Amino acid sequence: MAAEPPRYKPNPKLPRQALPLLDPDKRRRAADEVALGFSAEQAQAEAMRCLQCRKPVCVEACPLHIDIKRFISRIALGDWQGAHDVISEQSPFPGVCGRVCQHELFCENACVVGKKWDPVAIGSLERFAADHARLRMKELADSYPKPTGKKVALVGSGPASLIAAYDLVRLNYRVTVFEALHQLGGVMAYGIPNFRLPREILHEEIARLQNMGVEFVPDFIVGRTATLEDLFEEGYEAVFIGTGAGLPYLMGIPGENLIGVYTANEFLTRVNLMEAYKFPESPTPVRVGRHTIVVGGGNSAMDAARWAVRLGSDVTILYRRGRAELKARLEEIDHAEEEGVRFEFLAAPVALHGDENGYVREMECIRMELGEPDDSGRRAPVPIPGSEFRIPAETVIAAIGQAPNPTLQKATPQLMTKRGKIVINEWGETSLPHVFAGGDVVRGGSTVILAMKDGRAAARAIHEALSRERQPQEEVKA
Amino acid sequence: MSARILNKRQLAPEITLLDVEAPRIQRRWRAGQFIIIRPLEHSERIPLTIVDSCAERQSITMVIQAVGKTTREAVALEPGESLCDLVGPLGEPAEICTGERVLCMAGGVGVAELLPVARAYKEAGNTVVALCGARSDSYRILDEELRACCDELHWATDDGTFGFHGNVVQLLLSLAGPRSFAEGHVIGPIPMMKAAAEATREWGLKLHASLNPIMIDGTGMCGGCRVTVGGQVRFACVDGPCFDAHKVDFDEMTRRTRAYRDLEQIALQHDCRIGLGR
Ligand SMILES: Cc1cc2nc3c(=O)[nH]c(=O)nc-3n(C[C@H](O)[C@H](O)[C@H](O)COP(=O)(O)OP(=O)(O)OC[C@H]3O[C@@H](n4cnc5c(N)ncnc54)[C@H](O)[C@@H]3O)c2cc1C
Ligand code: FES
Repeated sequence: MAAEPPRYKPNPKLPRQALPLLDPDKRRRAADEVALGFSAEQAQAEAMRCLQCRKPVCVEACPLHIDIKRFISRIALGDWQGAHDVISEQSPFPGVCGRVCQHELFCENACVVGKKWDPVAIGSLERFAADHARLRMKELADSYPKPTGKKVALVGSGPASLIAAYDLVRLNYRVTVFEALHQLGGVMAYGIPNFRLPREILHEEIARLQNMGVEFVPDFIVGRTATLEDLFEEGYEAVFIGTGAGLPYLMGIPGENLIGVYTANEFLTRVNLMEAYKFPESPTPVRVGRHTIVVGGGNSAMDAARWAVRLGSDVTILYRRGRAELKARLEEIDHAEEEGVRFEFLAAPVALHGDENGYVREMECIRMELGEPDDSGRRAPVPIPGSEFRIPAETVIAAIGQAPNPTLQKATPQLMTKRGKIVINEWGETSLPHVFAGGDVVRGGSTVILAMKDGRAAARAIHEALSRERQPQEEVKA
Repeated sequence: MSARILNKRQLAPEITLLDVEAPRIQRRWRAGQFIIIRPLEHSERIPLTIVDSCAERQSITMVIQAVGKTTREAVALEPGESLCDLVGPLGEPAEICTGERVLCMAGGVGVAELLPVARAYKEAGNTVVALCGARSDSYRILDEELRACCDELHWATDDGTFGFHGNVVQLLLSLAGPRSFAEGHVIGPIPMMKAAAEATREWGLKLHASLNPIMIDGTGMCGGCRVTVGGQVRFACVDGPCFDAHKVDFDEMTRRTRAYRDLEQIALQHDCRIGLGR
């Protein structure tokens, strides 16, 4: 596509627009979205900061290669719909990604304006474009002809599968997405809280795929409800495995099975997927006491902590490394602090103590110091002998990471894995022909955008594999 | 996927049998496995053991004791209506030995859950002795079906209105002792499974227990169903639900299954207030 000259004069020196936020006091009792999104004036002002670089490095840095430069120019010109159309060329999920993608690591990290000033708020602009296109979603989807080509099965309905579905359906494949849970979206449905990603946004963007002809089958576990082989027998010619990393690690300390001790997955599934925050109106409860301690420093830890605040608890995040090593999105860390979450750095749990009825009451911790760099290149935390201390805790949430979901692998022993992760080659193909994989099941816990990058790469590889002229297989008669 | 109810039958007060359409599960399930259902759009997810299946109707059978909100929602549905969600088969099949004299023990609604295991034992060429417990004669369920696959079937009722007067563990002790059986399977309320494990600890019996902890996803994703078996933490929904009864920490499991008792009361009161309760 030829680059269009901007018809306005960029002004990178303008201060970066601040994303309007819900007042912290109001957040503490509601599931309402925290980030409110730019006003039209703000969006236009922010878009004007974009230099419209001849060589847009942000586009290069975006794992989906969204034409950031062009969609921003549309916003600068007040053409919201046009901006959304530009994003749609690469991604049907600007509402999701505009909210949860770690822009600071990708496009905004590359942004040239950021070399001297604050980078352009690309994420917030993406969200703005999405929020102003919500009413057009149905019409957009309907403009595609319904697919008629070969059948492809996608396992799991997380971001990896969803983007693969978008790419494949546009290439005329008949796509079916099988999801184990009753709701679609993977971690975006059961893990990421509504106050970061309102469910209407997620549902609308998934509905767009549905309207384009992608078939979704919830309550279907590949490896249990049907095997991989069954899918091929039923006429699917390629399978993509995007089953994520849902198997929670446990802390492995005494007292872990006391009542009130959750994995982040259980806590978040109860609250997000089963809507325990509405209990007793919704039937699934969650137990949140006066003091909650969340162990960990990633997105799950922030999300669990921020929910616990909203459920009325006094919340501390216990992390064995320091602030600089936190792995969550920066915005999430800031928001957690604004909402009153306390951080206890350089400390780790040693044991949990309960009362006579088996309810957790206290956490025993130990201070850590940072020692030599470990495999990950980060300085490894080392316990300081004799530094044990105790803190009250009626709720404990372990957010210390996840391993790949093992169900499909267990049912498919011929599928090559390494420490639970599915092994793929450079085209995303697994050790089984026409079986591809990507996202967290390959990477271990990762991010939405990298899962999408994998899904896109797999869709391309599937297209190549299925469009290649293959020798028709002679059936051998006995 | 949603699943249409084909047939509904009251087996005893509060115990209802449902046949639902589930072609894929019907083809694949094995004794000991379970499903998760969500009766209505906003219901909880609850696990239920697969009790039987019918190839002709492509259906599976579940037996539900209506004790809480969700089970009541399920049994309130009528044939022709559908369960909002049904997923499975979940868990590992029960371990079935061959050519032994085996013990099958169950109490309450567990009697229904025992049926497929007893059948599998029988089909594998074992001599099957079943001991089943019920509150009272009118609470005995699936007697005929069990008789068809067991070499011996003994009943115990708490009030003595049928068979042995007492509970199944007392019945067991009255009938058998060390080396009476090589293997066995027990399903029922936790105190009963615990008592069965205690009673047979020195019997040289390999006893499997089908555990029923609180579950949410049933796919190994949350860890809410964790139980301690032989000092190790296991996820009942994917590693189980059957474990070595002599190694299960039943006390911990008892505490964990009671974790939401108080909150369940609040939910019931809430429903009464807004007129949903029965
Ligand atoms: C609490 C939390 C917050 C996060 N926040 C962010 C964030 O802000 N930004 C960000 O970029 N990343 C975030 N992440 C990481 C991000 O969500 C994941 O990297 C991403 O969702 C992975 O996508 P995926 O498609 O590989 O799998 P998932 O999203 O994990 O989806 C996999 C799906 O497959 C289903 N499944 C599993 N096995 C089977 C089977 N056998 N058959 C059928 N279905 C199956 C699962 O039920 C699940 O729905 C967060 C993660 C968590 C846990
Ligand atoms: S029910 Fe969630 S892991 Fe077993």
